[in-house]
Amino acid sequence: MSPTDDATLTDAQILEQVQSRPPLSVTVIRPSRGWVPINLRELWHYRELLFFLTWRDLKVRYKQTALGALWAIIQPVLTMAVFSLFFGRLAKVPSDGIPYPLFALSGLIPWQLFAYALTQSSNSIVANKNLVSKVYFPRLIVPLAAVLSGLVDFSIAFVVLLVMFVIYGFIPSPALVMIPLAIILTIFSALAVGLWLSALNVRYRDVQYTIPFLTQFWMFLTPIAYPASLIPAQFRMVYGLNPMAGVVECFRWGLFGQRAGSLSLIGLSSFMVLLAFFGGLAYFRRVEKTFADLA
Amino acid sequence: MSVAIRATGISKRYRLGRRERYGSLRESLTRFFSNPFAASKAPPPEEIWALKDVAFEIQERQAVGLIGRNGAGKSTLLKVLSRITEPSTGEVVIHGRVGSLLEVGTGFHPELSGRDNIFLNGALLGMKRQEIRRKFDEIVAFAEIEKFLDTPVKHYSSGMYMRLAFAVAAHLEPEILLVDEVLAVGDAAFQRKCLGKMEDVAHSGRTVVFVSHNMGAVNSLCSRAIWVDKGQVREEGPAQQIVSRYLESVREGFEIGNAKPDDKLIFERVLLKNRAGEVTTSFRGDEEILVEIHYTARQKIPKPHFIVAVMGPYGELFTAAMTFDDLAPDAIEGAGVIGCRFKPFLLLPATYTIVIAARGADGVSNLTASRYDAAFFSVGGLMSEYGFPAPGADAQVANVNALVVPYQWEMPDGSVRAPRLRSS
Repeated sequence: MSPTDDATLTDAQILEQVQSRPPLSVTVIRPSRGWVPINLRELWHYRELLFFLTWRDLKVRYKQTALGALWAIIQPVLTMAVFSLFFGRLAKVPSDGIPYPLFALSGLIPWQLFAYALTQSSNSIVANKNLVSKVYFPRLIVPLAAVLSGLVDFSIAFVVLLVMFVIYGFIPSPALVMIPLAIILTIFSALAVGLWLSALNVRYRDVQYTIPFLTQFWMFLTPIAYPASLIPAQFRMVYGLNPMAGVVECFRWGLFGQRAGSLSLIGLSSFMVLLAFFGGLAYFRRVEKTFADLA
Repeated sequence: MSVAIRATGISKRYRLGRRERYGSLRESLTRFFSNPFAASKAPPPEEIWALKDVAFEIQERQAVGLIGRNGAGKSTLLKVLSRITEPSTGEVVIHGRVGSLLEVGTGFHPELSGRDNIFLNGALLGMKRQEIRRKFDEIVAFAEIEKFLDTPVKHYSSGMYMRLAFAVAAHLEPEILLVDEVLAVGDAAFQRKCLGKMEDVAHSGRTVVFVSHNMGAVNSLCSRAIWVDKGQVREEGPAQQIVSRYLESVREGFEIGNAKPDDKLIFERVLLKNRAGEVTTSFRGDEEILVEIHYTARQKIPKPHFIVAVMGPYGELFTAAMTFDDLAPDAIEGAGVIGCRFKPFLLLPATYTIVIAARGADGVSNLTASRYDAAFFSVGGLMSEYGFPAPGADAQVANVNALVVPYQWEMPDGSVRAPRLRSS
């Protein structure tokens, strides 16, 4: 029914409509206390908003840039070139017998998905404060959309990686099935950190200043420019506490086959990812009610 | 008839001193811009209750106006009803899907085209893609932007922007619609159109909760009204009756009163008077405005420095401060009145807020807390009446800080052109 039609309805017709319509949904608003469970039904109901916010981020990202989506290729490829020169050629960092550029790129691509998703989601609530303080919707949608929009750049960069494979005459192993797992792990680790930081950023804007520093620091704790096998075995467990260590290892497994010791590393990292993710989710839900007042 | 919204014991507490912000952007800007003379403000109270024990019922298919002065808690109440912010105590039970229209244009992205923004904004307001597609043409036609559908909205005029934003929101079909001050947008013709649309909605059997300072709109749209004052429901009843009671109370002056026990001075109330000496809240842009502060000095106060400032939509416009002009009275004691007569050259149509403050003989210490929303008044009329004939001037005026001083343009060819500003 359109509003213009309604205006001409008689009272009797309105009454009929009122009586014949399905029962209304009931919403109860009351102050929440402590931990708030996740409302999956509501999230599902708002799935289109998730789609539109992701789509908005994508559409806006390369607006008014001369190179557009080429940036998704330029960044990892240039970093790869720099790494290959300094770490591969000059410092002679080992690369598990894989040509160094290919090795570096295979680490950089999941890393950039992670770094992008982490940065975007951490800033997401503050960046969208005009929405958060003016409209109701499940707040989780915001960091979620920020993370998802990183997948497009990732896909483009992934094609470049495949081209590199062809150039180097490498045949991907059947372990390729590990790649989807690696992507899922990347998204979850970015989301885990993003949930924590986006919520903290609302209250403490200091967070946004630590993010560039954090991602840089974190990159060196992750086996991107060097193989995880470089880490002495006795420190491997500590090293695996970094979720991204296992993720990159998992990604390389999918591309080059299994390396020694990677299974335990991936196992430990995955556990850390889940721990951080559910922790972040719980924290986010607990504090999201203050977003509209603080953002 | 059954109940659409039942609120019981709703309170909302904000803690000050932490970074909690409340109210609209305009209010925070007001606070921000008035900081210069709030420099020596006494430490703020630990917490304030924006709403305190609010209870009411709204019947299905009723249009209800929420009225009250700035800072009374109307917007907070609407935010609680629309689940943007949680109440500190109390409970609201809502029967039906809620759509809220809290600020027109929320979520518009300047880089995206009109078409894209319709979908994005629709999704934000809780519409399904199918629903938006079905209403798409209607929305575009209502907003009158057919030719600019694929232009990024950053290139839109503010009038087009507002029209589009309102059009999307107005085509939402929730059972309960919450509306905050949307009619204060666009040119007069579009305002009438919006009002018409709101009337359709209000008369189409949907429940509408409508916050406005525009008493005419409340009267014509709403059957009932709830008057919110100092975070509480002061009165509720038939719209006509409540609106006239409210206007009466404003005509008697803006009550302030509440001072801290150790304040030396109490601001009792503020009256705004025109040249004829009549108390009013609506002025013409070129009219004199007398701000009368009725105070009580609890003890003899030597050299009290009064400050009166007028804030436009985007911040402070002009100030009269005894801390600058050194014209403080020698001493005051007991009840009294101090007036400040402004003669602005030209104020454009908008709503203005009066800020008042009082400092001691040193010009620094506060005699009582400064009031950032001591009173408000509106300037009416069309831009053309003030010497601004350009089409669209009425739409643009919402986006400028509206104090005009005489000026002239000096053209490339050396000629001079000046607007024929109306000034009495």
